[in-house]
Amino acid sequence: MATEISTIDSSAARTEILHRIREANGGSADGDHAATQWGSIERSYRRWATRPPAEVIELLEDRLRDYDAHAVHTAAGDVAATVAKMLIDRGLSRMVIPDGLDAAWMPPGFDFVVDQGFHASQLDGFEGVMTGATLAIAETGTVVLQNVPGQGRRAISLIPDYHLCLVQVQDVVETVPEALKRLGTTACLPTTFFSGPSATADIEMTRIKGVHGPRFLDVILMH
Amino acid sequence: MSGTTETVLDPKTSPAFPIAARSVLEDTQLRKNVRHATEVIQAKRARVVGEMPDWQALRESGRQIREHAMANLDHYLEEFERNCTRAGGKVHWARDGEEAKRIVTALVKASGSNEVIKIKSMTTEEIHLNQSLEAAGLRAYETDLAELIIQFGHDQPSHIVVPALHKNRQQIREIFQREMNLPELGDKPQDLADAARRFLREKFLRVKTAVSGANFLIAETGGVCIVESEGNGRMCLTLPETLITIAGIDKVLPRFQDLEVMLQLLPRSATGERMNPYNSIWTGVHENDGPRTFHVVLMDNARTEVLADAEGRQTLNCIRCGACQNACPVYRQTGGHAYGSVYAGPIGAILTPQLQQMHHAQSLPYASSLCGACYEVCPVKINIPEVLIHLRNKVVVQKGLSAEALAMKVMGAIFRSEKRFRAAQRLGRIAEAPLVHKDGQGEGWIGWLPGLLGGWTQVRDLKEMPKETFRDWWEKRGSRGN
Repeated sequence: MATEISTIDSSAARTEILHRIREANGGSADGDHAATQWGSIERSYRRWATRPPAEVIELLEDRLRDYDAHAVHTAAGDVAATVAKMLIDRGLSRMVIPDGLDAAWMPPGFDFVVDQGFHASQLDGFEGVMTGATLAIAETGTVVLQNVPGQGRRAISLIPDYHLCLVQVQDVVETVPEALKRLGTTACLPTTFFSGPSATADIEMTRIKGVHGPRFLDVILMH
Repeated sequence: MSGTTETVLDPKTSPAFPIAARSVLEDTQLRKNVRHATEVIQAKRARVVGEMPDWQALRESGRQIREHAMANLDHYLEEFERNCTRAGGKVHWARDGEEAKRIVTALVKASGSNEVIKIKSMTTEEIHLNQSLEAAGLRAYETDLAELIIQFGHDQPSHIVVPALHKNRQQIREIFQREMNLPELGDKPQDLADAARRFLREKFLRVKTAVSGANFLIAETGGVCIVESEGNGRMCLTLPETLITIAGIDKVLPRFQDLEVMLQLLPRSATGERMNPYNSIWTGVHENDGPRTFHVVLMDNARTEVLADAEGRQTLNCIRCGACQNACPVYRQTGGHAYGSVYAGPIGAILTPQLQQMHHAQSLPYASSLCGACYEVCPVKINIPEVLIHLRNKVVVQKGLSAEALAMKVMGAIFRSEKRFRAAQRLGRIAEAPLVHKDGQGEGWIGWLPGLLGGWTQVRDLKEMPKETFRDWWEKRGSRGN
């Protein structure tokens, strides 16, 4: 073990940087004044849905498909049957799930293992992960997960190669601003936005699916 | 410009742009790769920007948010520090790159690891962090596919968002075959990505310390936001025990809600996607989720100098999307390396010399035709041509009264007065007389001009001045229009 962290003291740098900023800005910023100023920032972009709910769901599906994610609809009572069908189609059975996932969503005959703080290499041994979602954004085809019961810690939806994500249709919003508004009260939770499976365009700008995150993503929209 | 291990893109030692650009222009493969990549991104961007009816409103809000953040920067940085600290993060401050590197190196050592996994970060490229870590006996693994290509190829990034866009698949295959010892590797992009996945997965599962940059720091919550594509970012942010994030002080946003603007502007401008595959937002340390130790290093490195320049400070509004690079006719010919800085293209032409406090990279403000394409695509409306002209003035003032500057001053004086302008025209006709020779049609041509002006006549002849100016003709034709 080398250097102690306590030897790093950047308070002199802090003082100097803040001083330089104040010099450049012609004085110290005032919190109340800043708050008023922030409130008068022009925001004439779309901040509310402009489509009827059914069209918003359609848009989400369309955008997910654009990202090579597979999306299906199901009635509230048929979730477990739909999950079973998706897993059989994929030929998968050993799934890690977060604590707090609704038991009614889990069909019998599959191996659903609740995350117990598994090490990354243990997570690597699962065939897939199944989670709920905080919300989805139709216009960008985005699903948002947070560290809450039913969604779990970030690593479980990252390491397995397949992600089956269950989204309630009432949690689907049309625009990014609507989503950020809903997330406002839980902004400090670990939060992940994902839009389709992991991808890169680093080689000749060709979109390649699946670099490090899950390569396969299915979304079940629950009505 | 395939660099060697030792070369880094350092504006202090790089050749001037016209010299570096000349050698790049001979590399037809590189130019082909750059042209292909920039064309593809531009087309994708145009498509997803075109479908947004409120794009201009978003740009305006983006500009106002960034401007407001910079105008209240001290307040927002202190707020960020307070909230990040309350959430279990440790905040450090660094006046310059050297200080930042010392802090990061000490933090990595203190984490008990002699290796780090890294998320692509232009800020760490700006200060050449990897070289410092290596000098301290610490091994850094780049985990972004493009950065891995750069690191394995002993190369340098040539684009803010797609750093290896100057390499094609065959070149990447060669690099991977050699560095990963995979002689059978194919050149399909999927094969290459799979090879990177296998190579890096072992690192993700093993290495205990990660280093990242930041796209946004959120003052209101003390949170950090990173946008990425591959999931390597999520791996680095989630699996290690220690995470060290290094961010320029300009990266701060006032409130969480401001992300609703930035998360629309950035992905569409950067990669032409409606949303990039992954965004991560985290605040300090969260029990049983992610690193147990989290550090943020807030780095100035001349950003306060830029802030102090009333005309140059809008440069700090940049959110590093790279759209100006893709749109720039100069960048599209030369690629990024000729700029001699990790920040290439139009944004590099204004950011690099300012970060060098105008002591280096003085040729960069001239590496532009001022066509304005960069301004048009900038998601936060940075008026890059305006800043370029401002910096050209600074370069001229700094260099003192050169012959060119003197000539410009005289020209300015002449153009300001009608009397002086007419006198200069008469004088010109007299002065050119000995240089004019007539061609077969009786037209007068000048084939040689003295001194500074000679550059013009080296490759073309100049027509003699007309005997009568437009103004003379206009006045002679009288008030009846004939």
